[in-house]
Amino acid sequence: MKASFDVDPAVRIAVIGPSGAGKSTLLMALAGFLQPSAGRLEWDGFEITKQAPSARPFSVLFQDNNLFPHMSVVQNVGLGLRPSLRLSSGETNQVSEALVSVGLGDMGARKPAELSGGQQSRVALARVLVQRKPMILLDEPFAALGPALKADMLDLVAELCTQTGAGMMMVSHDPSDAKRICETAILVAGGRANAPVATDELLRNPPEVLRAYLGA
Amino acid sequence: MAYRAQQINPWFGVGAAALVAALILGTLGVVAFHAPNAAQLGPSDWAAIRFTVSQALLSALLSVVFAVPVARALSRRQFRGRGMLITLLGAPFLLPVIVAVMGLLAVFGRSGWVSQGLELLGLPPVPIYGFHGVVIAHVFFNLPLATRIILQGWSGIPAERFRLAAQLGFSARDVMWHMEWPMLKRAAPGAFAIIFAICLSSFAVALTLGGGPRATTVELAIYQAFRFDFDLGKAALLAAMQLVLAGSAAMLALWMSQGQGGFGKGLDRELERWNEGSRGLDFISIAAAVLFLLVPMLAVGSRGLTALPSLPSVVWLSAWSSIQVALLSAGLALFLSLSIALAVTRFAWIESVGLLAIAASPLVIGTGLFIVIFPVASPQDWAFLVTACVNAVMALPFALRVLIPAVQDVCDDYGRLALSLGVSRWGMLWLVILPRIRAPLGFAIGLAAALSMGDLGVVALFAGTGEATLPLQIYRLMGAYRMDAAAGAALLLAMLSFGVFWICDTWGRRGA
Repeated sequence: MKASFDVDPAVRIAVIGPSGAGKSTLLMALAGFLQPSAGRLEWDGFEITKQAPSARPFSVLFQDNNLFPHMSVVQNVGLGLRPSLRLSSGETNQVSEALVSVGLGDMGARKPAELSGGQQSRVALARVLVQRKPMILLDEPFAALGPALKADMLDLVAELCTQTGAGMMMVSHDPSDAKRICETAILVAGGRANAPVATDELLRNPPEVLRAYLGA
Repeated sequence: MAYRAQQINPWFGVGAAALVAALILGTLGVVAFHAPNAAQLGPSDWAAIRFTVSQALLSALLSVVFAVPVARALSRRQFRGRGMLITLLGAPFLLPVIVAVMGLLAVFGRSGWVSQGLELLGLPPVPIYGFHGVVIAHVFFNLPLATRIILQGWSGIPAERFRLAAQLGFSARDVMWHMEWPMLKRAAPGAFAIIFAICLSSFAVALTLGGGPRATTVELAIYQAFRFDFDLGKAALLAAMQLVLAGSAAMLALWMSQGQGGFGKGLDRELERWNEGSRGLDFISIAAAVLFLLVPMLAVGSRGLTALPSLPSVVWLSAWSSIQVALLSAGLALFLSLSIALAVTRFAWIESVGLLAIAASPLVIGTGLFIVIFPVASPQDWAFLVTACVNAVMALPFALRVLIPAVQDVCDDYGRLALSLGVSRWGMLWLVILPRIRAPLGFAIGLAAALSMGDLGVVALFAGTGEATLPLQIYRLMGAYRMDAAAGAALLLAMLSFGVFWICDTWGRRGA
């Protein structure tokens, strides 16, 4: 797959396209889990192609396995601040605040298995919040949730981005997700990730490949 | 409700299980019945019990402790030969004990390489006989087993979790604390318990490297009470002790290792990692393990190779006996385990006969059969048949562990279809189950044949001076200090064991 474009780090970007086109591949290359076979990635003028995943300016929400099942909610969020989990009292407060802002203020002691799917996503979001990275990468993180719950979570993500001034890039196979919270969209199709364009415009006048996928 | 294979006739399996139970419990009863009331455990017997438990504890502890860095290195490094190395870790399981003992003697023995090296430095040699030797040999056999079990724990940590750890910037320390330590807390006790149980029943290692008042296991004490003193009362009492010891250890091991898979499934999966950890430590761990495991085997091989062309004819004769015993034993093991595995689809409780076989002591079964046969025939004439039967029972737990899940899967996947098509009971067995389980079947037969080929246990109890299986012949050659001939015979035995396993396993895979 090929990709060559610049993005504004403060906007919300959707990555859409047919299944198997390489949406997740694009995201995983940005996050540092796949090495591009050629070319470079830059952030703010600095090359990040060879940087370790955790050193990059992104926090990531994966499709699944975002939480450690043997750790409490507080510990799972605390990992975002210090992987050693030796938190100062100030950092502990940060964790509590993050949990409050995702609506889980009283669930800190629970294990992930004692939470619903939506609540688990909120814990992962709380961790993204404390990580304070300039951009959030989401790889279809709410695909397993029902439509209403998914809409809630998307709104929450958008709200958190606005609050913290972070940008975001979200892979989704559902164009309505993109329309809901993303101003711009990247179309991945035919072995190519295209430069971002306005979401409304893309969906109103879809190119041939996207039209076939949307089925409209 | 789970599907039940109505098209399977379970009564063969029930019969097979009953036969095994009768053999194990019946022989124990016979031995106990012949024990005079007056028999009491003397100080030397208590010493044997203490030695048995303490060497097993230390062997299990060392095996697990050394296995952790090796398993970690294997789990997080990708290098050429990694797959081969993991296969090599399965080899000691099939390696005949007597061959390994010869290899360890060549390396750690009085005139072995390590001791000669120490001598150059002005240090005393490693004491290979007695407690040290028994523990070294047990670690040699069980370090690979522990490594495989723990490596499985590592592979069980989802790759996604390592990805998450990389995203969150975990250091090698954080990975250890949050991910590896919780896994080890689950996997290591199970590995420890299994190895402890295995080492409790050690006979051949104690026979060759132990002995004497300070290094006798209970199994060896049974052999001595029987063979040297013909003291049935004491043999029976020791046999009962052994059954209690091994039985409780086996129960413990089974309970602790619940939910862990069988023979290293999925070990070849390479995990992509982003937290590297110490390269040097990993290299040293792997290199040390390879040296410890390979050098003794190579030592036997190199010495045996020169002796191979001039082997005395008794060696070839006993090799032929061993092949016959191994084939008979494998056939018996196949019949028993397949019948039982089929019956398990109807009566799950039959599986517990495998547990009984784990706890059973071959020496106890041998003693019981000896007592039964002695009044009516010469036990020497029965030596090979008894050896084949006992070896089949000993292989049963391993064969069951492979075959039961395989049969279960076939019944789950195709049982309904076969039922709806009206496939008969024989058709279900011959057309559906057997072709589908060919690979595990070949593996199980090969395992049973190889284990029997290398076994030095009950045959030592029965065989007269005239005949011997190959392992017993090697033991006798060693006793007569004919070390070159012994090394040549050991190489032959190792080739036979691995060869028969390879043939059966390849047969199974080819059709799979």
